[in-house]
Amino acid sequence: MEPALTIVVVEDDRDRAIAIVDALKSTGNHEVVVIANASGLARRIVAHAPDIVLIDIDNPTRDMLEELTLASGPLERPVAMFVSGEAGGLAKTAIEAGVSAYVVDGLSPERLKPVMDTAIARFRMVKQMRTELAETRRALEERKVIDRAKGLLIKAKGIDEDAAYALLRKTAMDQGRRVADVAEALVTASGLLR
Amino acid sequence: MKMVTLPVAYMPLVDAAPLIVAQEMGFAEAEGIALDLIAAPSWSSVRDMLAFGRVDAAHLLSPVPVAMTMGLGGVATSVSAVMVLSVNGNVIGVGRSLEDRLRAAGYGFDFADAAAAARALAAVADGPMVFGVPFPFSMHTELLRYWFERSELGQTEVEIRTVPPPLMAEALAAGDVDAFCVGEPWGSVAVDQGAGALLLPGNAIWSYAPEKVLAVRTGWAETEPHLLRRLMRAVWKAGQWLSQPEVRTAAAEILSRKAYLDMPAELIDRALHGRFTISGQAEQREVSCFVEFHKGAASFPWRSQARWMAHRLSQRHGLPSEDAMDRAAQVYRSDLFRTHMSGSEADMPGASEKLEGSIRYPTAVASQKGQLTLLPDSFFDGWVFDPDAES
Repeated sequence: MEPALTIVVVEDDRDRAIAIVDALKSTGNHEVVVIANASGLARRIVAHAPDIVLIDIDNPTRDMLEELTLASGPLERPVAMFVSGEAGGLAKTAIEAGVSAYVVDGLSPERLKPVMDTAIARFRMVKQMRTELAETRRALEERKVIDRAKGLLIKAKGIDEDAAYALLRKTAMDQGRRVADVAEALVTASGLLR
Repeated sequence: MKMVTLPVAYMPLVDAAPLIVAQEMGFAEAEGIALDLIAAPSWSSVRDMLAFGRVDAAHLLSPVPVAMTMGLGGVATSVSAVMVLSVNGNVIGVGRSLEDRLRAAGYGFDFADAAAAARALAAVADGPMVFGVPFPFSMHTELLRYWFERSELGQTEVEIRTVPPPLMAEALAAGDVDAFCVGEPWGSVAVDQGAGALLLPGNAIWSYAPEKVLAVRTGWAETEPHLLRRLMRAVWKAGQWLSQPEVRTAAAEILSRKAYLDMPAELIDRALHGRFTISGQAEQREVSCFVEFHKGAASFPWRSQARWMAHRLSQRHGLPSEDAMDRAAQVYRSDLFRTHMSGSEADMPGASEKLEGSIRYPTAVASQKGQLTLLPDSFFDGWVFDPDAES
């Protein structure tokens, strides 16, 4: 059996980190280390002498890892983010899935690929969950605003809830806007007039 | 003309203004394009989105295309800097501890004299001083290194570390860094958070430093010349619009929107007006030419600017300087600028190289339309960069 790889995952969220670690460990007898965001990140990563570093593409601390790629940097073996042509496709898939990877120079594609495939699948799932969560949150926010706008209309015009919503919807359709936007405008305006 | 949408990546900073204004003020639309502006979480991310084809153009730190062609950093795709988006626009600041020591030593925080600031800092240093910058390949790093080498800080132990600007105040508070060099609005944010005081504007070190460039994949520039032409013209118009003093307040309002910088317009206004609050004690300082989008042919990508950066990078990373300078000069595409901006309002200098640092006063130069004045580009120590003498 090939000697195990050392993989560092930079991740703040504990649950997400555990899920990623479990998935990576299933691909082989790898040593997987999780490091949370912090200053001096590059130095703490170097201490583990990793073969692969994985980080969420949306993580702003990613720029700290750029220091790893400097030949005169703290790592003896420079880390590059998929420079070679054959890994080019893999890099694009990784970026779309929301993971960026730093890979030690000279690591063979055969050893890299199973780890990256797993990481990509896992990060894609995380990204999907995050998008869904944001979508749900936004929908909830909009519901709240629409409810407040309905309340304002019910009070100001003495109409019932259905009529208030119908009025919001009609205004939105007439103006070519979304119901939530009309509701938001109404809530803002009434706040100003108060 | 059919409207084409171009995805463009940027970092939410004051100097992304030409891209944001091009879209918001209709300059893009007039050229038949719409910019789909994608705010990135990090510079690595901007670079990767461009290199791997997620976007067609990007707001990039001026040394990044130079570093990429030299084989430094993680990605090796060939990228061209087709125009300079902004000149200057950085600030250097110190954390509370250094600020207190400087005040105790009687330093006046003139926000102007780089040699005096270095002398004052060197006098109060105890132990190594750590400066935070946004990215290893950045004008921030180049300005700091140049300033260290050629001032009294040359004898002081200094270190440069990458810290994302939104985390700078935290890093100062934690003692991970002692000082910083960042682009606005992050210096003003640090002051407002009580994290420290501003010491110098970037132009106190180099008075006409290319800060951000408009970058595209070299292959894309070749296959999509018409789109590139429209993009460059729209962005150039936006820079011209931004150079009018009376629009600054409106520009700050646009940039402050949630979709862009999502910060109070008042903070953004400081950089655009060159009027800074430099400390928690509300001291005000004015700087002329703090950030420039247009005047002095600001958008022209001088090959000599690229050579200067390549020379500095090659020395630091032990690479052959002459080769690096030649490669760098080829990614600053003054040729494409001439091709695509010809027949527009833009006036172009006759030459594509100048002796960086040699212009002491606003100077009229030979140009296509004969009305071009270049602004001072001097270094604080009066050095003049002659590539032939350096290679």
